Amino acid sequence: MGNAKIIVKDTNLYYGDYHALKDISIDIYEKAVTALIGPSGCGKSTFLRCLNRMNDLIPNVKIMGEIQIAGVDLYEYDVILLRKKVGMVFQKPNPFPMSIYENVAYGPRIHGIKSKAVLDDIVEKSLREAALWDEVKDRLKYNALGLSGGQQQRLCIARTIAVEPEVLLMDEPTSALDPASTMKIEDLMENLKKQYTVIIVTHNMQQAGRISDYTAFFLNGEIIEYDRTEKLFYKPKDKRTEDYITGRFG
Amino acid sequence: MNKIENINSAKIKERMAFSVLWIFTIMTVIFLVLIISHIIIKGLPHMSLSFLLEEPRKMGKAGGIFSVIISTFYIIILSVVFAAPIGIAASVYLTEYAKEGPVLSIIRFGTEALAGIPSIIYGLFGYSFFVVFLGLKYSILSGALTLTFMILPTIIRTSEEAIKAVPKSYREGSLALGATKLQTIRKIVIPSAMPGILTGLILGIGRVVGESAAVLYTAGSSLGVPDSIFRPGRTLSVHLFTLASEGLSMENTYATAVVLMALILIINFTANTLIRKIFITRRR
Amino acid sequence: MRFHERIVENIFLICAGIVVLGVAIISIFIFREGWTVISKTGIADFVFGKKWAPTQGIYGIFPMILGSIYVTLGALMIGVPIGVGCAIYLAEIASPRLSAIIKPGIELLAGIPSVIYGLYGMTVIVPIIRDLFNNQGFSILAGSIVLGIMILPTITNISMDSIEAVPKEYKEGSLALGSSHWQAIIKVILPAAKSGIISSIILGMGRAIGETMAVIMITGNSTLIPESILSPARTLTGNIGIEMGYASGEHQRALFATGIVLFIFIMILNLMTKLIPNKAGENIE
Repeated sequence: MGNAKIIVKDTNLYYGDYHALKDISIDIYEKAVTALIGPSGCGKSTFLRCLNRMNDLIPNVKIMGEIQIAGVDLYEYDVILLRKKVGMVFQKPNPFPMSIYENVAYGPRIHGIKSKAVLDDIVEKSLREAALWDEVKDRLKYNALGLSGGQQQRLCIARTIAVEPEVLLMDEPTSALDPASTMKIEDLMENLKKQYTVIIVTHNMQQAGRISDYTAFFLNGEIIEYDRTEKLFYKPKDKRTEDYITGRFG
Repeated sequence: MNKIENINSAKIKERMAFSVLWIFTIMTVIFLVLIISHIIIKGLPHMSLSFLLEEPRKMGKAGGIFSVIISTFYIIILSVVFAAPIGIAASVYLTEYAKEGPVLSIIRFGTEALAGIPSIIYGLFGYSFFVVFLGLKYSILSGALTLTFMILPTIIRTSEEAIKAVPKSYREGSLALGATKLQTIRKIVIPSAMPGILTGLILGIGRVVGESAAVLYTAGSSLGVPDSIFRPGRTLSVHLFTLASEGLSMENTYATAVVLMALILIINFTANTLIRKIFITRRR
Repeated sequence: MRFHERIVENIFLICAGIVVLGVAIISIFIFREGWTVISKTGIADFVFGKKWAPTQGIYGIFPMILGSIYVTLGALMIGVPIGVGCAIYLAEIASPRLSAIIKPGIELLAGIPSVIYGLYGMTVIVPIIRDLFNNQGFSILAGSIVLGIMILPTITNISMDSIEAVPKEYKEGSLALGSSHWQAIIKVILPAAKSGIISSIILGMGRAIGETMAVIMITGNSTLIPESILSPARTLTGNIGIEMGYASGEHQRALFATGIVLFIFIMILNLMTKLIPNKAGENIE
């Protein structure tokens, strides 16, 4: 096993009175893809949103426990720096209503980069990494809302990469896309994990099996089982994991 | 047998009711057509370029309305310059920062109360506060400050609606990239809400143009071309009111009315176009 | 960085606070100027006094209160049936294409400045009444007609919104039971949209009571107690609007006192809208 990039210990989360995450403990490894699976409402997306403190935006959320990212406690980070370090791609592609170029340059700009030449480089590099460059290089000035859904999602990945994160959180990034676009994004993940620690929430068991190195199975706010993907899928230790996976996989 | 009679009487009732409603609707349309055509038929023959470009003579009985047009534009620009930043900032506060609670309810109450206050009360207030108490005298500035309070509720409400309609995913996307809340508001939320905000401003301008009671006792009714914002001036609506109530020159009264109507039509058309544009972009 | 965000947040708060501050100083300045006259005359004598003779220092605004009430009620009698009827027709019966043509027209009617309505009333409505009834023409009736048309768009627009907000299921439920469309409108849709329609009427009322210039141009402005709808009358707003131009000293303060009464009328209307439950369909669920 590689080095743990993220260490979570005994973390609990409440929405008001509702206990949404129960005693979560998990080590997430560097430069690997970790998939979070489980039925709807099991807490996997909530957990993902803990890692870049997006849950802070929701009133009445209480989080207890310890989360470390790269050896530093989550709440010792400045939240802005944390979100720069821990990028996020959302379920529905959410490009801003501006040009393709401006979308990718948005992050670097707000973090203080002004030079046109540097921005040009970042935009090109990020779009290449997101496997979108060849499709859009001639229309960088076009409105991003004119792209197809799959292209929009890759643009959002490029936008996230452009701020040079260390961790990439992906919340069902392909659930709103067609199969061809899904394929492209899955291929892209292979490359992304060489540089980044990727955590992906997915409903699609096949996808989790195809692309992830590790998988955690969530149920009712708890992690039931966490292991190497092939082990979890083919030799689950827990009966509940087996029940969930059988019938959905293979 | 009985049932069929029931159905028949229900049908007859329905037909009668619908006819009455149809008549009401047609009446509304007729009112609109009558008023506009009356103004245009009576006023257009007296309209000319020289009417727009000449100074009024004999207190507006003769000559044109050049100084009135200039005063109107001064007041429009100045009230928007005051009201736009305050109104937009207030709506950002209400939508992006304020939490449910006493502060929010008090501000909501304030916006509604301001919207309900009649324009003559604004006139009284503007006179006693800006003209007398602050010593700004009858001036473009006093008029514009009074109108600022009057159009704030319109601008705040429309901007609020526009900002609320910006998808949450835009904000999340920006915050997840490590943008601060303020950066997100400045670079994502406000630009996306811009057509709606502009609509609010234009509706505000419409109110400024149409207003007379609140302007008469704050900006005065001097017919000279104001050389600064500290000088009094007469807007189109006030000019129209004065000419009509004195009844000295119906030609100039109607010609002024045509100019005022044209301005209102342009403003309405622009606002409608913007609103339509918002709907189209939202549908995508 | 964070510090700067805090400051900006507070600037936003201050801007929002200006609205509240505005209401406060408007109230303070109207009351401050006007109160002395009311307390000197006595509330009852001021409100119920039948004589308005500022040159003799007699300030009774009862005729103006009646004038405002008559003209407003008259405007409602014209504006409410036509406005609500038009709203029902456009929201429920008219084809979407016809609605799309008429709606901007109604917006335009709302945007026409009140002085234009005043001019139209003065040059068209007043002469018609003069010819029909052989009187001076400037009257409560003329004012009511013009104000009735002026408040039409307010009533139509807000009523239409609340009718359109009634869930489709209500109507479908009624039609599925074999009701006619009209029965569905009367028995289900209108009750569900009731709160919005009532607020539209109250807002229209506020607009009618508050209108000044158009009223001055057409109601004749007599300070006598009106005898019939054909009599001339002066409204509270008219009283202020006409005399502000030349009043000074105590006379001017008496106009602010008139403003206080008007202000209280409007605040009562505002409170009334607060008391209506404001969700369409609330009454049925």
